[in-house]
Amino acid sequence: MDNIIEVKNLTKDYEGFKLDDLSFSLKKGYIMGFIGPNGAGKSTTIKLIMNLVKKDSGSIHLFGKDYQKHEKAVKERIGFIYDQNHFYDDLQMEKMKSVLSVYYPTWDDGLFYSYMKRFGLNPEKKIKELSRGMQTKFSLALALSHEPELIIMDEPTSGLDPIFRSEILDILSEVIEDGKRSVFFSSHITQDLERSADYVTFINDGKLVFSKEKHSALEDYAVIKGPNDLFDPMEKYEGLVGFRRDKYGFSALFKRNEAIRLFDGERTVMENPNIDDIMLYTVRGNSNA
Amino acid sequence: MDIVISNSSKNPIYMQISNQLKEHILKGSLSEGDALPSIRSLAKDLRISVITTKRAYEELDAAGFIDTVAGKGSFVAAQNKELIFEQRMRKIESKLSEVLKEAHMIGLTSKDLSEMIELIEED
Repeated sequence: MDNIIEVKNLTKDYEGFKLDDLSFSLKKGYIMGFIGPNGAGKSTTIKLIMNLVKKDSGSIHLFGKDYQKHEKAVKERIGFIYDQNHFYDDLQMEKMKSVLSVYYPTWDDGLFYSYMKRFGLNPEKKIKELSRGMQTKFSLALALSHEPELIIMDEPTSGLDPIFRSEILDILSEVIEDGKRSVFFSSHITQDLERSADYVTFINDGKLVFSKEKHSALEDYAVIKGPNDLFDPMEKYEGLVGFRRDKYGFSALFKRNEAIRLFDGERTVMENPNIDDIMLYTVRGNSNA
Repeated sequence: MDIVISNSSKNPIYMQISNQLKEHILKGSLSEGDALPSIRSLAKDLRISVITTKRAYEELDAAGFIDTVAGKGSFVAAQNKELIFEQRMRKIESKLSEVLKEAHMIGLTSKDLSEMIELIEED
């Protein structure tokens, strides 16, 4: 069983929002970034995976097991990090750890203290005295101390400065180094994914846009820029994802092979998109300034 | 062993890695039989994705620069130095003939060109 996460046809209907027929999977030993604009359904998906919200239909398997039937066994193998503080404010970190650690048979106290030390956290401090970044680090220390095989994080880097963010990404790379563990994390800071993620799953408006290797996601597309007379905004170009246009020219995201076919490069430039570009053009579609 | 990754390079990261490892092999700072770092430890150290690193190694493997043994790792393969030299010579030849063509178009002679080369070299 190589798939650590396997989501199939997952659907959840809220009033005014529908997570629609979502499918993707994550293999053992890799990092997957989960992206999409605000309101796309990232947090809903994560809550569904953690069974904090009930699905309407579809299936979720974690470590090859049905996530509801084997909820307890499955959760012991997951390190979960929320985007908000879900601890008791008045407790010292030390106490909070004692409360939580009993739930995990694989808990390793030595590991916990070594992470606390590495993150510069004093176990005597109360949780309410921690800054946002320190809280995230504390969550991470707790999540890693029971040696989870899967780490799921909802926006772990939002609101953190670049130094914290880079530290967290370093830790993630270390965690998966042995090839036995996987990381699934949502983020709208796409730079975080650009380097460390192996796979990217992109959802928009409750629907899957793609879930694939980061490389192929980036290589499938190209940004074309050029003068306005070479681009007709009314034309339905094959492979066009989205474009922007102003009085100085146009820029458009195309499927790469179509871009090469349609533009000879004589008066246009072709650029490699980054994840932000792909997200922006996909979500915004077509716009005339 | 130095591997420098540029985020602003036009080349994708996997290509930057494979090119630099190739250089190391051609220059001799990596020699036949030397073990390369494991894919996962290199990914961790360079802070890049595992798949990126894997792809760099696959590239080198396909081009005959390294041999990958399942379960053991990747090793620098025996290089045919003469062959590589030939290949590089041919590359330079083809680049030069391109330059020559351009030069003839605006009436420069090969003598003008060699003067140009000398000037550039002095810089």
